[in-house]
Amino acid sequence: MARTLKLRIWRGDDKTGGLQDVTVEANHGEVVLDIIHRVQATQMGDLAVRWNCKAGKCGSCSMEINGKPRLACMTQVAAYPEDETITITPLRAFPVIKDLVTDVSFNFKKAMEIPSLQMPEGLKPGEPRMQQVDVERSQEFRKCIECFLCQNTCHVIRDHEENKKSFAGPRFFIRIAELDMHPLDMLRNRKKTAQEEHGLGLCNITKCCTEVCPEHIKITDNAIIPMKERVADEKYDPIRWLGSKIRRREEVL
Amino acid sequence: MSSSQTLEKHKYDVVIIGAGGAGLRAAVEAREAGLSVAIVCKSLFGKAHTVMAEGGAAASMGNVNDNDNWMVHFRDTMRGGKFLNHYRMAELHAKEAPDRIWELEMWGALFDRTQEGKISQRNFGGHEYPRLAHVGDRTGLELIRTMQQRIVALQQQDAKEFGDAEKNMKVFAEVTITEILKENGKVSGAYGYRRETGSEVLFEAPAVVIATGGVGKTFKITSNSWEGTGDGHALALKAGANLVDMEFLQFHPTGMVWPLSVKGILVTESVRGEGGILTNSLGERFMFKYIPDVFKDKYADNEAEADRWYLDQDNNRRPPELLPRDEVARAINSEVKAGRGTEHGGVFLDVSKRLSAEVIKKRLPSMWHQFYELAGVDITKEPMEVGPTCHYVMGGVEVEPDSAAAVGVDGLFAAGEVAGGMHGSNRLGGNSLTDLLVFGRRAGKGAAEYVKGHGANPVSESAIEKASAKIEAPFTRTGGENAYTLHQELQEITHNLVGIIRTGAELTEAIAKIADIRKRSANISVTGDRKFNPGFHLAFDLDNMLLVAESTAKSALLREESRGGHTRDDFPGMNSTWRQVNHIASFDGDKVNIKAQALPALPKELFDLFDVHELEKYMTSEEIAKGGSK
Repeated sequence: MARTLKLRIWRGDDKTGGLQDVTVEANHGEVVLDIIHRVQATQMGDLAVRWNCKAGKCGSCSMEINGKPRLACMTQVAAYPEDETITITPLRAFPVIKDLVTDVSFNFKKAMEIPSLQMPEGLKPGEPRMQQVDVERSQEFRKCIECFLCQNTCHVIRDHEENKKSFAGPRFFIRIAELDMHPLDMLRNRKKTAQEEHGLGLCNITKCCTEVCPEHIKITDNAIIPMKERVADEKYDPIRWLGSKIRRREEVL
Repeated sequence: MSSSQTLEKHKYDVVIIGAGGAGLRAAVEAREAGLSVAIVCKSLFGKAHTVMAEGGAAASMGNVNDNDNWMVHFRDTMRGGKFLNHYRMAELHAKEAPDRIWELEMWGALFDRTQEGKISQRNFGGHEYPRLAHVGDRTGLELIRTMQQRIVALQQQDAKEFGDAEKNMKVFAEVTITEILKENGKVSGAYGYRRETGSEVLFEAPAVVIATGGVGKTFKITSNSWEGTGDGHALALKAGANLVDMEFLQFHPTGMVWPLSVKGILVTESVRGEGGILTNSLGERFMFKYIPDVFKDKYADNEAEADRWYLDQDNNRRPPELLPRDEVARAINSEVKAGRGTEHGGVFLDVSKRLSAEVIKKRLPSMWHQFYELAGVDITKEPMEVGPTCHYVMGGVEVEPDSAAAVGVDGLFAAGEVAGGMHGSNRLGGNSLTDLLVFGRRAGKGAAEYVKGHGANPVSESAIEKASAKIEAPFTRTGGENAYTLHQELQEITHNLVGIIRTGAELTEAIAKIADIRKRSANISVTGDRKFNPGFHLAFDLDNMLLVAESTAKSALLREESRGGHTRDDFPGMNSTWRQVNHIASFDGDKVNIKAQALPALPKELFDLFDVHELEKYMTSEEIAKGGSK
């Protein structure tokens, strides 16, 4: 069942580099990350790649396979025709450190800019009561494994380095949405600051992020669009916001 | 080599090695006690192996069955560990686990809910009541993300107050620690390198918390991520600490077995908790044949009762699929060996007959996804093929239970999987996540108290030079051994000779072979330069795995009985005399030595929590007569 696979792997750093051709054996059921490991063990001992769990749960092995942002551990070799050369390159939206490893520190900086959960005062551990239906909306976003494929594919930053300063990206729009929909969060104006400080307005809902999400989170439909719509609502109706929070709090306490 | 002028140096009160659940919880505790904290991890922040925990976190909150309390949890934990647990750790864990879960909720975790809006709890192997707080089958991710976001929240507070988010707590991601430094017999810091550049880093700190997780990558078939290379176990040994009971390794009964590429990936115990049944190739639900005497009164011996349990847990005994993991793993192993396995050497696990497709996708979403994408199996329609996979090491650094201080090394602490004692000879599912939180917090607190009583302990130039020379060494050789090849050879040895079923002859052979690889590993050479070079990284990981494998094989050879995660074909029974023995591994700079040490006896108040007839199955008549220590 073994087949011989032709690969082109990008090797280099932030200054120089290029695609290198490799031929390697592949077995039935193997994923691209298996192949990269085989190349590492037998031909390129210093080939740089990030990975951890090899089970689609940690979001470390993000890269571009034939130009598509993917997790290498969840990409079956069998999905590609026998005679096709598979091209493996690093994420394009972030600076290359070496080979398939990029500098994703942008995302950790953005995480620091999102105000954290603000709990109701006086609420004690063990006291919260929340209904399953109320936590499910945020739970969808908390499935995020931080692979940053959505950040990588979003054309607002993929093709426009200058936007990085003012654009948090889809991963952090779902973080804001998650907090905004969290039944216990008391911080006001999350949608408004998403618009004004985190660049929500730059998103023109092409849904590229949703398409690449390995967790199948409906980033655009369930986080971005609802936030965009309600920014408009609440701008003119602060009572509505307050009402929704008070109601939620009463259920909680 | 780095000259000391250009060497990157940092000073902190405490350095935490590892950013999984235990490390992050320790960091939060130490920070809140007023310490400056460095969190050092091999991967990016938030990628720790904790994300792989699926089923849940065990805590006797009593939200689903209010008969539950810490005493029931304590009893279950001791039974699961076959009474080899350090009683004090099991006691602290059972008592404090609920607070640790509620605290996570205050930090933003969103667990699944009961009808009344409380945190929902699910059934799991070995737990008498539904006890596992969970989020679908991705509980570990929720835990790590919550802790990660808690760290960010504290950093945001510091940014506001001091204008510097990293003033009190900083994450050093993608840094490998190669050595724990000591001066005058006490911890003085840690030394390592940045994976990205290969440049060296010195952390000066009077306290170090090891929270590096497990050792799974020592084995060929494992559910562990690449980071599980026993770094903390080896760092502790080299620093003069002890490892306790390294012979006990948990083979999780249900890992994927096919295709080869995914062999070992975890299939959560929740599949069985939600009603999944195990069958062999003849279609027999075989677990009824494997209920050991000590569990006969708690597990159903027929299908009808087992099935009724799902609807009425008060009046029926539990299905044997929910026996502790060691029992289920051995049963699967026996079925396969007897020729009743599946085509790919596993058994069938089927949840499709009990639950609707919709419920399966809701309660076990990542299992559905994992099988569909990696094996082409739709678990809502067909059974999974599963078999044992190396999952968890019960053995680990010997610690003082209350402070998590490593025995024998001032200033060193250990928490989480890397620490030993808590789980005895076998860990119950769900006890790991709360172990991380309970003892992560205690390690942070222990370190804070230690630092307040001890000043800085400066690192000497000679210690730096020695640590640095070690990092440079593989680059000074050419044409030597290939680290990848040696790693594969080690995995073959452990898999074949130190695996789920062991014999004295095979363990003796393993010890000799591991020593041989260790000799050859001194001649590893690395191609390429220091910049993000996985071959170079593996050279260090391998050294750690070799020390772990040696500790495990030597401890396993000495223990002439079968108990929990240690099964000797040549000594198949459990032996009450052996229950009183811990194996303590230490390192003399050349080899690992094992000595026997008395297991601390149950104090009277804990002894009295058990029915004496149950204790008679585990203890000697002298112990029973004593009735626990005073």
